[in-house]
Amino acid sequence: MPAASSWTLTIAVAVAVVALLPLGFVLWATVVTGWETAALLIFRGRVGELMVNTILLIFFTIPICTVVAVSLAWLTERSDLPGARLWSWLAVAPLAVPAFVHSYAWIGTWPSLHGLFAGVAISVVAYFPFLYLPLAAAFRLLDPALEDQAASLGLAPFAVFRRVVLPQLRLALCGGMLLIGLHLLAEYGLFAMIRFDTFTTAIIDQFQSTYNGTAAHMLALVLVLCCFVLLGLEATLRGHRRYARLGPGVARQLKIIRLGKWKYPCLLLPLTVAAFSLGIPALTIGRWLIAGGSGIWRMDEVGLSLIQTLAICLIGGLATTAAAVPIAWLSVRRPTRATRFLEGCYYLASSMPGVVVALALVTVTVRVMLPLYQTVATIVLAYVVMFLPRALVSLRASIAQVPVELEQAAASLGRSPGNALWSTTVRLAAPGAAAGVALASLGIINELTATQMLAPNGTRTLAMAFFALTGEIDYAGAAPYALLMVIFSMPLIWLLHYQSKKIAGR
Amino acid sequence: MKTSSPVFAGAAALALSVFALSTPASAQVADSITIYNAQHEGLTKEWVEAFTEETGIAVTVRNGSDLEFANQIVQEGANSPADVFLTENSPAMALVDGKGLFAPVDPATLEQVPEQFRPADGHWIGIAARSTVFAYDKTKLSEDKLPKSMLDLANPEWKGRWAASPSGADFQAIVGALLQLKGEEATADWLKGMKESFTAYRGNSTAMRAVNAGQTEGALIYHYYYFGDQAKTGENSKNVALHYFRNQDPGAFVSISGGGILASSKHKEQAQAFLKWVTGKGGQAVLRDGTSFEYAVGKGEASNKALVPLDELQAPKVEPSTLNNAKVTDMMTAAGLL
Repeated sequence: MPAASSWTLTIAVAVAVVALLPLGFVLWATVVTGWETAALLIFRGRVGELMVNTILLIFFTIPICTVVAVSLAWLTERSDLPGARLWSWLAVAPLAVPAFVHSYAWIGTWPSLHGLFAGVAISVVAYFPFLYLPLAAAFRLLDPALEDQAASLGLAPFAVFRRVVLPQLRLALCGGMLLIGLHLLAEYGLFAMIRFDTFTTAIIDQFQSTYNGTAAHMLALVLVLCCFVLLGLEATLRGHRRYARLGPGVARQLKIIRLGKWKYPCLLLPLTVAAFSLGIPALTIGRWLIAGGSGIWRMDEVGLSLIQTLAICLIGGLATTAAAVPIAWLSVRRPTRATRFLEGCYYLASSMPGVVVALALVTVTVRVMLPLYQTVATIVLAYVVMFLPRALVSLRASIAQVPVELEQAAASLGRSPGNALWSTTVRLAAPGAAAGVALASLGIINELTATQMLAPNGTRTLAMAFFALTGEIDYAGAAPYALLMVIFSMPLIWLLHYQSKKIAGR
Repeated sequence: MKTSSPVFAGAAALALSVFALSTPASAQVADSITIYNAQHEGLTKEWVEAFTEETGIAVTVRNGSDLEFANQIVQEGANSPADVFLTENSPAMALVDGKGLFAPVDPATLEQVPEQFRPADGHWIGIAARSTVFAYDKTKLSEDKLPKSMLDLANPEWKGRWAASPSGADFQAIVGALLQLKGEEATADWLKGMKESFTAYRGNSTAMRAVNAGQTEGALIYHYYYFGDQAKTGENSKNVALHYFRNQDPGAFVSISGGGILASSKHKEQAQAFLKWVTGKGGQAVLRDGTSFEYAVGKGEASNKALVPLDELQAPKVEPSTLNNAKVTDMMTAAGLL
């Protein structure tokens, strides 16, 4: 049995090494470039401009997202807002619209939109669900007893919220903010369309003029450092306090707060958010679909693109989940410091922007691993690195729910060890694995940056085709691709929401 | 618990599938060529479809931009999966040729195109041409208020009034011509002035759309964006008119789109057939009758009738094979434009 564990561990380590490749690449590129050239390319006005843009973007977007998400989560989970369940779905649904499709919808409505204001506005509607999801789950898990005690000790309702509720939301807040911050650093399509330059858009510009040049590598280094700053900030803010119910019994049902005369004014918030995050994309796509008529549905192109996208989503989703199996199994069945460290490596690796992952894989495959160059394998590898945690979270949760005693019972009844594992844990963990495949696929269907840089010859995913057409301002021609991306993301979003409710015990 | 064989089997299956997938799709068909296409997707598609129909040679197209592909080909070296490289502008061609990665083009094919549209060494060939223009908002600017020279645009009086797409190969080719015509110092000064005075858009069509919407007074782009839009709905160019600088001004630069065959190609015969077809009657007719509105360059081949004839543009004499894009990107990076 040590042999089996060590085999699994070996695979888990191998996956971690591959996942850390982008980071290694950035370090390698810096060393190869040499300090003098690096300094020249890093400490220049353009990088300063990009830094200012990036900081302002994060500085405005995250607080606005937080206010929107906290208010919506409180209204849908803790108040008697009419149609709370519907609003809860509508608050998650914008995730089915890729960020660059949000951008397309907004500039379709307001053609002159550009710069920081546009960047912040579109980022908020595209990304606030990343905060809403964990916050809504956290609100559901709160133990009302704590709030009652605070109130009985004389705190006013708002003070209770600030001193008792908010601290308990801290983990969800920090996690969601970090996720949004990392997305802002990695996003390309959203900002490219509204002429707002970030490190990622600048790296792509460099890539398009120099392919795999030094200036792009150095911008990637700065971008990676920005990610580290965010990760460090999150670790500091998160702190070490933990909140858990002690003592016997089940937590009391949450008290639903009556909004009374505020009921209808409060409806304005979810209504406005839904109008901007769902209404605008729906209207724009609809308008272009009508304007384009049947001419834009060139099935030889749209259909081929759809098939390629679905195939690459399926392969990528399966590969990502398969790659997550060893570490998921180890972290549940053999939790040690080493496995925790490995898990940390996966999370770190996946927080690297797609453009950095792609640059690393381009460099490695074109120089060292030529047989893999421009193959499906390379792009699948990129997806594994980027989306591994999505599969890991689902898998681990479902493996943890299977008692190891079941396996042992099966073995004691004469099954071979492999058979015992197969007929118990693997079967019971299958739904989690399926969710992992789905969540990774959702990431892949909306991925543009790495896909564009790594796609095999002749491949044209929905996202690639959409972006190429909008680049030539053929907005009508791009509409079918946008529609298909949204339609195929919808069920995956449903799964995401369903899963987060299940984890929260409802 | 003795083994985690399903875990291991899963990983092994993954490894296997990785190897199974590692064969590029294009390598599976023997009589097929791969094109690295930096030309407009629509134009190359028209070419490829007609070529395949006529010859039966299948074509796989990878789309990207001029210098991305040129640098990519250099990094791929002898292992490049590409057989043919098509660009919008000459600098990318010069870059690949400078590294000795092109095979000579068939003499018979070279003969189809006049000397001024191909480099002296015959390692690549002009397939189409495009002219620099100043696309302006005719509701705001009258003809007497237009810039006399492209160089004027870097002056303070044009501050905040014009647009360009500096990240694109098109604009970088124009800067390359300026560098060849006026030298390094003048170019650096111009780029510095430009950084102060212009607004950056991503893509020439987007820049023209901004002119049409009144967001900026003019844009330094190529001519065919206007004609292409006019031929469709005209909704992005109804307020736009084109100003040709003429007088051998750097802004009258005519850029040559190039085609070349990689020395590493394993399908040279088919690749040569493709270039011959594109520069011959069939390919040039696509330029004349299609929706690209780029100039035809074949001997005796007419361009689309809507265009100002190529020989009336008074373009400056620029040697396409020595356009130095590495220098241009460095200078633009130094000027903070990239």
